[in-house]
Amino acid sequence: MTKRVYADHSATTPLKKEVLDAMVPYLTENFGNASSIYLEGRESKKAIETAREQVAKAIGAQSNEIYFTGSGTEADNWAIKGVAYALAEKGKHIITSAVEHHAVLHTVKALEKEGFKVTYLPVDEYGMVSAEDVKNAITDETILITIMFANNEIGTIMPIEEIGKIAREKGIIFHTDAVQAVGMEEIDVEKMNIDLLSLTAHKFYGPKGIGALYIRKGVKIKRFIEGGAQEKNKRAGTENVAGIVGLGKAIELATTDIAGKKEKLSKLRDFYIKEVMERIPFTRLNGHPTKRMASNANISFEFIEGESLLLMLDMKGISASSGSACTSGSLDPSHVLLAIGLPHEIAHGSLRVTFGDSSTMEDAKYIADSLVEIVTRLRDMSPLYEDAVKSGRV
Amino acid sequence: MYSEKVMDHFTNPRNVGEIEDANAVGNVGNPKCGDIMKIYMKINDESEVIEEVKFKTFGCGAAVATSSMATEMVKGKTIEEALAVTNLAVAEALDGLPPVKMHCSNLAQEAIHSAIADYYNRKGIDPTGIVGCNGCCEACHGHHDEEEE
Repeated sequence: MTKRVYADHSATTPLKKEVLDAMVPYLTENFGNASSIYLEGRESKKAIETAREQVAKAIGAQSNEIYFTGSGTEADNWAIKGVAYALAEKGKHIITSAVEHHAVLHTVKALEKEGFKVTYLPVDEYGMVSAEDVKNAITDETILITIMFANNEIGTIMPIEEIGKIAREKGIIFHTDAVQAVGMEEIDVEKMNIDLLSLTAHKFYGPKGIGALYIRKGVKIKRFIEGGAQEKNKRAGTENVAGIVGLGKAIELATTDIAGKKEKLSKLRDFYIKEVMERIPFTRLNGHPTKRMASNANISFEFIEGESLLLMLDMKGISASSGSACTSGSLDPSHVLLAIGLPHEIAHGSLRVTFGDSSTMEDAKYIADSLVEIVTRLRDMSPLYEDAVKSGRV
Repeated sequence: MYSEKVMDHFTNPRNVGEIEDANAVGNVGNPKCGDIMKIYMKINDESEVIEEVKFKTFGCGAAVATSSMATEMVKGKTIEEALAVTNLAVAEALDGLPPVKMHCSNLAQEAIHSAIADYYNRKGIDPTGIVGCNGCCEACHGHHDEEEE
């Protein structure tokens, strides 16, 4: 079998051994329902509260401000709808950006149908939201600002601290989808004036199916799931104890040495970008040149289509992702790539490589080498490349 | 997700390339939608047999595989036989396509029709009656509207 090179860490990450070890007892002997008053229940409850402290510590929050959810998507849905419904009488205006994850975009779209007004801030060519634009978009009706911490496709890191400052000065609730950023960037909800923050464990070597929402004390928010009294009556449903324990352990590990991790990953990323851009003509780096996630390299290759690229990479043992329509399940390429101004045909030919803990310099080199070969091959069968050659562009 | 046959035709596409002295060229699809197919044919004026066929495709795995299979299916066939090759037949020959990719098989059929229409246009013959209208305007170079009216 060909060796596999996993380069899609922004999609998901493998579970760390230490995390699994911490979880296993809560799947087997310590199976108690955390709502039960007897010993088994108390053991589960204790484990949940330990995890809550671990999550709080990782983002500079208090443990009573952390609520567990079933996913990052649920956390986003809850934050946005919960605040919108709680403050609807105060105003119905929400500010977001054009490059949010669908968990945010589709949620505000659903609210628009219910009569809320949404401003979708544009981004610059690097995918950056301007704090000034946020400020100018605020009206007397504005109740919520929701801007992602780091973009999942192109890795651009948003000016969260500046936006937080503006939101706080104007007294508007500020939510950030930090699903990509946790464990990759230093986060301090106090210093950054963040009121709500979504995260999910599987992006930082924790299990899938467990996320959390940070809700600053005093923020008005409607409960999202009706039922029992779990999560202080705000999010019903028997707790996923093993998942919560895994999230706690994973976030603790992921936030111990962020600087060291960034240094290692950015070296790989920069080497890979340089190799690809130098060796393959008609390429474009998407996202910000410096204010980007250390793990992320998103490059467009002109004249070729992303799914074909992914299939050929897969045959070489490489796992990556693309913003092409064919991989998005619709006819349009990624909304993020269109928002930064890429024409459709170039957006179709984008490739996102995201490095992680297991990535090596050899991996980066192998991916670049494979791309040189694959891109040449696909261009040789592309009518767009043929046209470019005939018109003298190439 | 893709059948073995699709992967085979994607990995080793048949008939990729250009024909310098082609007498029938079809170009369908558009870069906005993410797939374009250009097909070149050399048609024998006497026998109306497609003696040579080549293609170039910008598109996903299914687009490349259907292009490859469609060229195989029309090579050595007469114009009449080539026009009878449907998108479904191409998809079936590939052991099926995922439902979201069925539209890719239209590309190949449209390209064949477009090339044959070009062949007649070059000879000064109105292709509408022969090629027919498959709903693709490019296949008959805008004759679609006229036929509708």
